[in-house]
Amino acid sequence: MQPDDPSLKRMTPPKLNILEKTYLPQILGGLAVTGRHIFGAAIGGKTFTEQYPEEQHIPSANYRGVHRLNKDENGRIKCVACMLCATACPAHCIDIVGATAPDTWDDREKYPENFVIDELRCIYCGMCEEACPVDAIELTGLYDLTGLSREEMIFDKTKLLSVFDLTKSVEPMKTARTSATPGESSSTHELVTKPTDGPSMRAHS
Amino acid sequence: MNGWDLLGIVVKIGIVVGITQGAVAYLILVERKIAAWSQDRIGPNRAGPFGLLQPLADGAKMLLKEDVIPTYVTKPLYILAPIIAIIAAMIAFAVIPFGPVGNTGVRLGNGDIQFQIAPGVDIGIVYVFAVGSLGVYAVILAGWSSNNKYSFLGGLRSSAQLISYEVPLGMSILGMVLITGSLDLNAIINWQDRHFWGIVVQPFGFLLFLISAFAETNRLPFDLPESEQELVGGFHTEYSAMKFGMFFLGEYLHIITVSYLTVVLFLGGWDFPFVTDQSQTGWFWAMFKIAVMLAKVSGMIVFIMWIRWTLPRFRYDTLMDLAWKRLIPISIANLVVTATVCQFLFSYSRSN
Ligand code: SF4
Ligand code: SF4
Repeated sequence: MQPDDPSLKRMTPPKLNILEKTYLPQILGGLAVTGRHIFGAAIGGKTFTEQYPEEQHIPSANYRGVHRLNKDENGRIKCVACMLCATACPAHCIDIVGATAPDTWDDREKYPENFVIDELRCIYCGMCEEACPVDAIELTGLYDLTGLSREEMIFDKTKLLSVFDLTKSVEPMKTARTSATPGESSSTHELVTKPTDGPSMRAHS
Repeated sequence: MNGWDLLGIVVKIGIVVGITQGAVAYLILVERKIAAWSQDRIGPNRAGPFGLLQPLADGAKMLLKEDVIPTYVTKPLYILAPIIAIIAAMIAFAVIPFGPVGNTGVRLGNGDIQFQIAPGVDIGIVYVFAVGSLGVYAVILAGWSSNNKYSFLGGLRSSAQLISYEVPLGMSILGMVLITGSLDLNAIINWQDRHFWGIVVQPFGFLLFLISAFAETNRLPFDLPESEQELVGGFHTEYSAMKFGMFFLGEYLHIITVSYLTVVLFLGGWDFPFVTDQSQTGWFWAMFKIAVMLAKVSGMIVFIMWIRWTLPRFRYDTLMDLAWKRLIPISIANLVVTATVCQFLFSYSRSN
């Protein structure tokens, strides 16, 4: 950009008159702003406070809380043990032990024998969810994650699947959620609605 | 001085100390509430109805916490510093009038009750400033004895800041002293009762006093000795439990003193325009005047807290700039003009 470019916006400091140079009008203006807030909160009750244990906080839809491992319609784990999430994870907190899928699972070759996430090391960045090709891992809106020991906070496959059971009614799988929006490709829609998922799952992945 | 007077003084000291300590506890609650409201929060509301028992909880926390004395501190001074802080803040109350003084007409035994611990001190205001500046020792000693560079920086800043702002603070009240012709706080109130409030005759003096008083109490926007962000708390970084609490207490006592001084010097003390008069005596008027004064002081304290949540902290060089390049010249000019006008009015009234 040239110095004489007409689109260049030049800022000049505003000229202050003698009264403004004392900064007293500005201070009064500031006092008016805080005063409005003080009265608004004290008398008008305009506060953002949530009285937490009594009022439960509802996080926004894209809140990144505890992970869950999604299940498909047959109740099988969706994960295909491709290790993409573990590779993407910047905190190296996902540990997957893959195994050959049972013969009856004709839609995939592998499944995770064990799937461990250290919820204490996790930084809740959501990269695992981004990386997963089959939408098997998702971050839920659960935020009140507590435990009495470090071991308790290392979630294994069973625990992660149980998080899914716990949250599936309030938070449908994101594949299902996106299918509701118009203009979405129908293949994902089929994936959720079709009773026999085998072929469509393969097509999706 | 007979035994009764002595007993009266001891009782008054007890009442003043008790009330101010209790008031400080509640001021902390008020401060937290105002902080919360100005940020659109609710503030402490769990302990008791409306959080009214919060000061008790705070106090219990302060007392029950482990009092850590780091091994590298200079122990005697480290322990002395918070004591100085609280004593320097307390003894200023000796000459501050809480209500009418003189012929109050409130009788117990054989004399009028004076609503001041040490009534009739001619140099009242000089005394307040003298002991007020003792508070600097607390900050400097705390910063130095902590053997910690952040504390030390806080202490240094504090000393420079308090010394710089002492000058405009002192000069801002000289105008009032010239006009009223007395250093006695009661005489100043009585003059304002008879004529005008100080804020009317000395608007610049009031402004200068207010600004310097904020600096003297180490309150935002002048809380550079503490500056949590740059100095991790400044001079009281190494203090914990009740020792920290004592600094806190000292700070709030200072706020009360400064508010009383502002009210006495510039807002007419117990004067309620067109209602009160020095000649009114008796229990009712004494209580009324005390109430008026308390209301004004509370307003002042709330204003100080309000300012705290409005203005950000000064940068160090702008702080010094404000004191030496702005406030001091203005206060000198104010003093000269006041002195000239007083002199002319004085000779005018003489010639008539
Ligand atoms: S949210 Fe981020 S840190 Fe946590 S497991 Fe997923 S990729 Fe790793
Ligand atoms: S990226 Fe998805 S499918 Fe691959 S291992 Fe992770 S959870 Fe399983």
